[in-house]
Amino acid sequence: MQDLANIFIKSIFIDNMVFAYFLGMCSYLAVSKTVKTSVGMGAAVIFVLGFTVPVNYLLENFVLKEGALAWLSSDFASVDLSFLSFIMFIAVIASMVQLVEMLVEKFSPALYSSLGIFLPLIAVNCAILGGSLFMQERAYTTITEATVFGLGSGLGWFLAIVGIAAIREKIRYSNVPPALRGLGITFIITGLMGIAFMSFMGIKL
Amino acid sequence: MSKDSLFSKKNMKLLSDPLNDNNPITVQVLGICSALAITVQLKPAIVMAISVMVVLSVANVLISLLRNLIPSRIRIIVQLVVIAALVILVDQVLKAFVYDVSKELSVFVGLIITNCIIMGRLEAFALGNTPGKAFLDGLGNSFGYGIILIIVAFFRELLGSGTLFGFPVLESLGVYELGYENNGMMILPPMALITLGVVIWIQRIKNSKLVESK
Repeated sequence: MQDLANIFIKSIFIDNMVFAYFLGMCSYLAVSKTVKTSVGMGAAVIFVLGFTVPVNYLLENFVLKEGALAWLSSDFASVDLSFLSFIMFIAVIASMVQLVEMLVEKFSPALYSSLGIFLPLIAVNCAILGGSLFMQERAYTTITEATVFGLGSGLGWFLAIVGIAAIREKIRYSNVPPALRGLGITFIITGLMGIAFMSFMGIKL
Repeated sequence: MSKDSLFSKKNMKLLSDPLNDNNPITVQVLGICSALAITVQLKPAIVMAISVMVVLSVANVLISLLRNLIPSRIRIIVQLVVIAALVILVDQVLKAFVYDVSKELSVFVGLIITNCIIMGRLEAFALGNTPGKAFLDGLGNSFGYGIILIIVAFFRELLGSGTLFGFPVLESLGVYELGYENNGMMILPPMALITLGVVIWIQRIKNSKLVESK
């Protein structure tokens, strides 16, 4: 249990997708103009990450890894398909995103129209593929760990995008130097938020 | 459609526009994810820039060749498959020839698949243009991407560890004797964002048509 809590806290604050690895920056910058849309986008990312990481975990451990096919028959025990992992992961992600898109369209048309093009673009959001690749690289031992990691990273991304959206809503009333307006100041604020998040480093439960 | 040579003025513009006026990172805001994480040192930054160049120009040509065959409803999946296949090739080549750099880049080679520059250029350009033009567009955009990567990596490596390509430049210039110390902050992730913010700031001071309206 403590391990799980540790992974959860670590993936939210210390290994934050945005501040430590710059993942999902494209949609982070594009959708963070108002708090309302950023909450929707963040929720979609948590949802997709929470699904795709465990699914890809199963795929990795029962199909792709060296010796993972041993459950089929002993003939396959030495097959190593891990070079296929990119293409398999992205296929899983693209189909999950399609599913989320259909669900959102059905249950919340308002959110669907405000997210617009960015919902299908979650498929190419680096945070999602990054989540699966980090799961592969860090070799989590159980599916629960992988799920907790997926949800935690999603939550970290959610916090980051809602935070920057709130700051951007306020900064509209400030006097920013013209050349720094918009993109430039957003980068610098994100950097400062990253420095603030660094103070969580070393926390262990 | 008028026939013009591959190196006509219009086509050269495809190559030069992304370097400044239409830079993929600082103006189109594409492909930032991977751009920042691997800019602690120059060497991985250059390897990354070359990998993106290969994937982007080849993917652009392939999709442009296939553009009349792909049904528009499933085009995203087709594009992802083409990109993923190319990235697997690049990943295997990197592992075979520059293993240490490939270890350093870790997941970010795989993340070229979701690098928005590639998807963005395929959607915006390759689907509507001939292969020759698409190739130039891919080349131009990856140059624009590479330039920003190299600028950011140059300053981060120089100020953060005092080296360039691992060669101790500051030490041989004798800067340390004047009391300078390496700024460890530059190596940490947040400074990549701030460095890029400053790059954008300087570019927009020079190029006033890029300034955003209030």
